[in-house]
Amino acid sequence: MTTSISVTVNGRDRTDQIDPRLLLVHYLRDVLDLTGTHVGCETSLCGACTVLVDGKAVKACTLLAAQADGCEITTIEGLAEGEELHPLQEAFWEEHGRQCGFCTPGMILAAHQLLSDDPDPGEAEIRHALEGNLCRCTGYHNIVRAVRRAAVAMAAAAE
Amino acid sequence: MATPTMPKQIGARVRRKEDPRLITGSSTYTDDLKLRGAVHCALLRSPHARARVLSIDTSGAEETDGVVAVVTGRDLEGEVGGLPVAHKIEGLLEPPHLPLAVDEVRYVGDAVAAVVAETAFAARDALERIEVEYEELDPVVDVEAAAEGGPLVHEDLGTNVAFEFPFEAGDVETAFRDAPVVIRQRLMNQRQIPFAVEPRAVAARWDRGHRKLEVWSTTQIPHLLRAQLSLILGMPEHSVRVVAPEVGGGFGSKLNVYAEEALVGHLARALGRPVKWTATRTEGFQATIHGRDQLAEVEVAAEEDGTLRGMKVRLLQDLGAYHQLLTPVIPTLTVLMLPGVYRLRNLRVDLKGVFTNKTPTDAYRGAGRPEATYIIERVVDMVSDETGVDPAEVRRRNFIPDDAFPAETCTGLSYDSGGYGAALDALLEAADYEGLRREQAGKRERGELMGIGLSTYVEICGLGPSAAMPAGGWEACTVEVRRTGNVVVKTGVSPHGQGEETTFAQIVADALGVSMDAVEIAHGDTDYVPEGIGTFGSRAQAVGGAALSLCLEDLREKSRKIAGHLLEADPEDVEFEEGELRIRGAPGRSVGFGDVVGAAYMADDLPEGVEPGLAATRFFEPPNFTFPFGAHLCVVDVDPDTGEPSLRKYVAVDDCGTVINPMIVDGQLHGGIAQAVAQALYEEAVYDESGQLVTGSLMDYPVPKSTYLPSYELHRTTTPTPVNPLGAKGVGEAGTIGGTPCVMNAVIDAVSHLGVRHLDMPARPEKLWRVLAESR
Repeated sequence: MTTSISVTVNGRDRTDQIDPRLLLVHYLRDVLDLTGTHVGCETSLCGACTVLVDGKAVKACTLLAAQADGCEITTIEGLAEGEELHPLQEAFWEEHGRQCGFCTPGMILAAHQLLSDDPDPGEAEIRHALEGNLCRCTGYHNIVRAVRRAAVAMAAAAE
Repeated sequence: MATPTMPKQIGARVRRKEDPRLITGSSTYTDDLKLRGAVHCALLRSPHARARVLSIDTSGAEETDGVVAVVTGRDLEGEVGGLPVAHKIEGLLEPPHLPLAVDEVRYVGDAVAAVVAETAFAARDALERIEVEYEELDPVVDVEAAAEGGPLVHEDLGTNVAFEFPFEAGDVETAFRDAPVVIRQRLMNQRQIPFAVEPRAVAARWDRGHRKLEVWSTTQIPHLLRAQLSLILGMPEHSVRVVAPEVGGGFGSKLNVYAEEALVGHLARALGRPVKWTATRTEGFQATIHGRDQLAEVEVAAEEDGTLRGMKVRLLQDLGAYHQLLTPVIPTLTVLMLPGVYRLRNLRVDLKGVFTNKTPTDAYRGAGRPEATYIIERVVDMVSDETGVDPAEVRRRNFIPDDAFPAETCTGLSYDSGGYGAALDALLEAADYEGLRREQAGKRERGELMGIGLSTYVEICGLGPSAAMPAGGWEACTVEVRRTGNVVVKTGVSPHGQGEETTFAQIVADALGVSMDAVEIAHGDTDYVPEGIGTFGSRAQAVGGAALSLCLEDLREKSRKIAGHLLEADPEDVEFEEGELRIRGAPGRSVGFGDVVGAAYMADDLPEGVEPGLAATRFFEPPNFTFPFGAHLCVVDVDPDTGEPSLRKYVAVDDCGTVINPMIVDGQLHGGIAQAVAQALYEEAVYDESGQLVTGSLMDYPVPKSTYLPSYELHRTTTPTPVNPLGAKGVGEAGTIGGTPCVMNAVIDAVSHLGVRHLDMPARPEKLWRVLAESR
């Protein structure tokens, strides 16, 4: 048994026949070959699989792909505009906001939602917003700085 | 004529070369690999801590749709050997450790069967159709019970004690006789779960044409794994290629040779199809090594002014159910590092390594040294508490003085260089120690609980001289300068987040005067990188970087010879600076490095006796370990009503010798301190009496979230090591080693005026609440 889903992923329309049990993260990784979205715990606790579904940060390991039918999905691969990195990507690079990089795609997309909701968050707000995304390498110190830097850069660009 | 000076790269805050792929989702971790025709492997694991396996019926699984093969331990006999332990411990008992258990399972998570199927889901479905008949046996879970007898984890051994490691230096009895201060304390260094965010994964492909097994693995040690797989699978080593692709964190948990690496390699060869296995997070908790789990009974003798006289330590290391690669070696590092930064001449240690029915322990960030530092740093605080001498002063009175370096310890180490007093002074000033003590006094008067924790540490890094290592302590490097001037570095230290693609390029840029963009740092593929040992024990720069430096010195030397020939000058008179080779004292007479490279490969006008090409391979054998050190301070407030501790300030002064890239060094410290805070306040792997891991998921095991941790204030002193040409000591574990006792000392300081001398980690609110309730 299969079911049909139509989604827009990183700006491109897709229609696929899939197993109704297929999780969104496996649809992205295995069907669309978008392996930048990672699986860290399969239980919505580590956040490595975070993607944007209609602009909201969602953990793709516990959402069925079928539930995303009709939605617009952004993964880490869709964040840069061609060669031009998103300010969050630039900031994570400049502030050394990751080491092994495994949590990074999810972390950046979780931060993306924060900055959509609150363009000028302080350290406490940033830490609160990223609470669902685990990083074992950085102690979060530089991740917080990176998000803060991105907020400043995005505010400057918006002026 | 003045030449513009190229900025030095060593010491510069250079953003990382590897990051563009990591921040765009373009990197390839093991689980991202798509191998044509791959089948998927899943493992059935024991739900019991100890049980006899009476029978395994795989027929149901074999009939499941999509299943390609089902294997048990019996099927592997004669095909797949046991897993290795590397050590030099006299008399170590080494029970067999098979990739799939036969006859008896010894911990929850011990694998008994493997299914290979067309999809990962089919493989997991089929696991549920394997019928295993177990006869449950009483497990031994408590390390003291195991040491005293108890049920035997390996009955054939007749004991659970795998080894004893007694050590004695100085005159311990005299040190304790008539000592004005004697303190006894039991300290538990609780079991930790490493939790790299990337789960372990293995993929393998049998190349029938070349008769070569290719194995991709989430490993810190591709070359050691290559050698071990050739032994386990009975293949020539040249028939095994191991690749560590992008690796998502390790912290020691990927410094191993795991059952799945052998099993997946075997299955790929046997089935003639690529096979892939990726750990579930549950497998990450149950069947990936754990760390720590060491019980210490400590007795210390001291003078009334806080001077240490001697120490007796009884250590019980919980090994878990089997030896993994370095399991028994880890606690021996604890013994070596017990004196810490102090003049301690009289020391007796009685270490026993003990099997229990739990997941094996092995290297976890710091690996034996955090345990030592925790003991000695708790001890000096207890001496302070007992004598009334300020903890900073107790430390100062016992420091190994600056003029003692290289300093011999009573455990036989030679500390390379150090300046412990300067680090502590810098810390106390940066943190305003006196101001904090005044603040604390004021708060105590108001009934508020504030603790100030100190820790002064030294660690053993740059592992290490081969004589002191279980399987070689050297590191290898090849540098190839390509015809058009690009430089390819092939290093044996395969990183998993440490940033060597950047720091090694910085070293090359300075030595050869090329741009960072002209340098590629290759690692992790044993068919491309000739030899190596791996990344662990804070050795990447201190040993791997040193091997690179030797290569670069060879290339500079050869370049000078070629340049001398081209310039018709004595090579001795050629200076090589910033990519230019100039005749000393003859301005204007120079050639560029690119001209030398061209000449080396055109090879039609080389000096006599100089071979064509420009490449070098070197092995660096370190003459000693390196000994980074530092001083940490933190402030913990404890809620008097709930007992909840909150860490509000963390200041560290660390000295890791020469710094190649301060941004990367700081990042290592941030992450290391985070893991220290995690052990002190949050994380504890708990087993119940039946041997079930009750903290077997992220719901139960509190890996710190962003809200659990503060930001850190970092400072540095710089004392280069004479042990290697870079002067770099290593920094990967410093934060964890220095940080754990620092946080615990602060927690205990917050309640010490209520009569509390010690609390075991983690300092959960409930423990503090009980202490507070009792003191009321």
